[in-house]
Amino acid sequence: MTDVPTHSPRAIPDRLDTRLSRGLRSWEALLFAVAIAIFVANAFASPYFLDPWNLSDATFNFTEKAIIAIAMAFLVIAGEIDLSVAAIIALASTAMGAAVQFGIGTPGLVAVGLAVGLLCGAFNGLLVCRFGLPSIVVTIGTMSLFRGISFVVLGDQVYKGYPADFAFFGQGYVGWVISFEFVAFLIVALVGGIVLHRTTFGRKVYAIGNNPLAATFSGVRVERVKFILFLMTGLASGIAAVMLTSRLGSTRPSIALGWELEVVTMVVLGGVNILGGSGTILGVVIAAFVMGLVTFGLGLLNVPGVIMSIFIGLMLIGVIAIPILAGRVARHRRSA
Amino acid sequence: MSLFRKLAVTTAMAVALLAGPAHAENVKIALVVKALGIGFFEAANKGAQEAAKELGDVEVIYTGPTDTTAEGQIEVINALIAQKVDAIAISANDKDALVPALKKAMDRGIKVISWDSGVAPEGRLMHLNPSSNALIGNMCVKLAADVMPEGKGDFAILSASATATNQNIWIEEMKKVLPNYPGVNLVEVAYGDDLADKSYREAQGLLQKYPDLKVIVAPTTVGIVAASQAVADAGKVGQIYVSGLGLPSEMAGHVKSGASKSFAIWNPIDLGYSATTIAYHLVKGDAEAKAGGEIPIGRMGTVKLDDNAEGAMSDPFVYDASNVEEFAKIF
Repeated sequence: MTDVPTHSPRAIPDRLDTRLSRGLRSWEALLFAVAIAIFVANAFASPYFLDPWNLSDATFNFTEKAIIAIAMAFLVIAGEIDLSVAAIIALASTAMGAAVQFGIGTPGLVAVGLAVGLLCGAFNGLLVCRFGLPSIVVTIGTMSLFRGISFVVLGDQVYKGYPADFAFFGQGYVGWVISFEFVAFLIVALVGGIVLHRTTFGRKVYAIGNNPLAATFSGVRVERVKFILFLMTGLASGIAAVMLTSRLGSTRPSIALGWELEVVTMVVLGGVNILGGSGTILGVVIAAFVMGLVTFGLGLLNVPGVIMSIFIGLMLIGVIAIPILAGRVARHRRSA
Repeated sequence: MSLFRKLAVTTAMAVALLAGPAHAENVKIALVVKALGIGFFEAANKGAQEAAKELGDVEVIYTGPTDTTAEGQIEVINALIAQKVDAIAISANDKDALVPALKKAMDRGIKVISWDSGVAPEGRLMHLNPSSNALIGNMCVKLAADVMPEGKGDFAILSASATATNQNIWIEEMKKVLPNYPGVNLVEVAYGDDLADKSYREAQGLLQKYPDLKVIVAPTTVGIVAASQAVADAGKVGQIYVSGLGLPSEMAGHVKSGASKSFAIWNPIDLGYSATTIAYHLVKGDAEAKAGGEIPIGRMGTVKLDDNAEGAMSDPFVYDASNVEEFAKIF
């Protein structure tokens, strides 16, 4: 990697920032403070929170979604979205369940899960990049298509009988309380962070999100980069499918129902601009922790799930509203 | 690190303050439902609270996910494991997917039972069914016999589809107990496929075909409503009664009009009461959830466990003019 940029790629200068919004650009810092505040509040609210095993259990609530969220962040920064991720999990899990019936062992099952994820990603990518269809429309369609196939195959039936060592991916521990899922999440986050912030590929992603036309004229093969991003999201969904299937030990077509919205929530909460062009992996990682801590903390207090949803909804609206309102205030001040 | 330690110390103090001696002795039983905000489960919670009051040293945690998913229930289970509850009584969204999470709970010393909607045997100590097929079959015939003049007369069954497993088992059980009701005569089994319009037409057909018919028994919630409507529309209220299995909310009107005198279904309050009581006895160690065992369930008597460690709570609960309005608000 000789062409490592010296600037953070976030500093692409075709968006002029006011001083105030630059201050808010350390969104990660603010989010981190929120995460710490939630952690401390939880520790005081429930005597069970500061227990290594409990905290470890809590990570299972978000690691699978967070892995997809990291890949999704790339897509959203590039100005696209993939709403079929949860359906990809369902299809990949169904394929693994079917593979079990043919007596395929653990390595084969993992390969099947990842391959189906990649194939689904390729299908989305093809429709969006080759045929120029809007990704939101395409992936709403494939969301029904992929899950529909699962429902056709399984109906009200269930696939189980996964080999015992397959349980490691969703239930295993690398050491002490550190689960395999958590380590996988950290690795994906690290790789994602390096690729997005320290490679030319990452710079291209930002360039596309900021202005695809300008990126094309600058020699960026826009469609190809986007296709790769859809592949990545598909692969991440495949990884999540392996882990979730392993954790549940069974497959039903309703697996991971509704996860696409939680994944998008993490991405947006992480400070990624839903219109593309800006955002960081660190933000998404912290957002994953925030959501995990909030749901687990409220769960410890036996707060009903509806209240949790309201809480997360308010948080999300706040996240989207604050930068816009701040920008408006800044502009107003400058013009005055 | 020192901040962390400070936090830990403060928390420990907070624990000591919060967890007074009264709390420490309470048996914490979590009643986990398919999703919050469903009348049936709210009623089960009412029963659980009743059991808690009766048993004294019990704290019931009524909880569940927002929507009926296995993943949501697993998050709830993780939170309950973290709180070190003593028992989890769950109505499962997925018989298989919850097994690993519930196994973990059992590994950490939590007594796990399922009720209403069961968990696979490896994920729980026992399962509580609201009733049994034999009890349901008997109750259907008994309700029919009760409304016949002098307990004698003809009745017909309006079932769902001819291939519905549970329906066929119940019809089989009804036929088995018929010899116990001399004079009660089954004339035909009709199939309405659990479709409102088809069930209605089948019921009309029965009314025309058998002028001496006294009762239509519909062991399906769709059929019982359609049959009641058919009887009312044919102007035969008072001559022919409809009975079977139905939901109070859907049947209240027909009980009021007289098309149905009584019908049966499980009572969610009793179910929540029994699940809580069983969990309590398992925690206290004065009962064991083993195949062939018996567990006391307070005012409901005892539950006997079969080879799969499954037990039936009681006869289906009978609803009539005296209580249907009250339960119609629940489910």
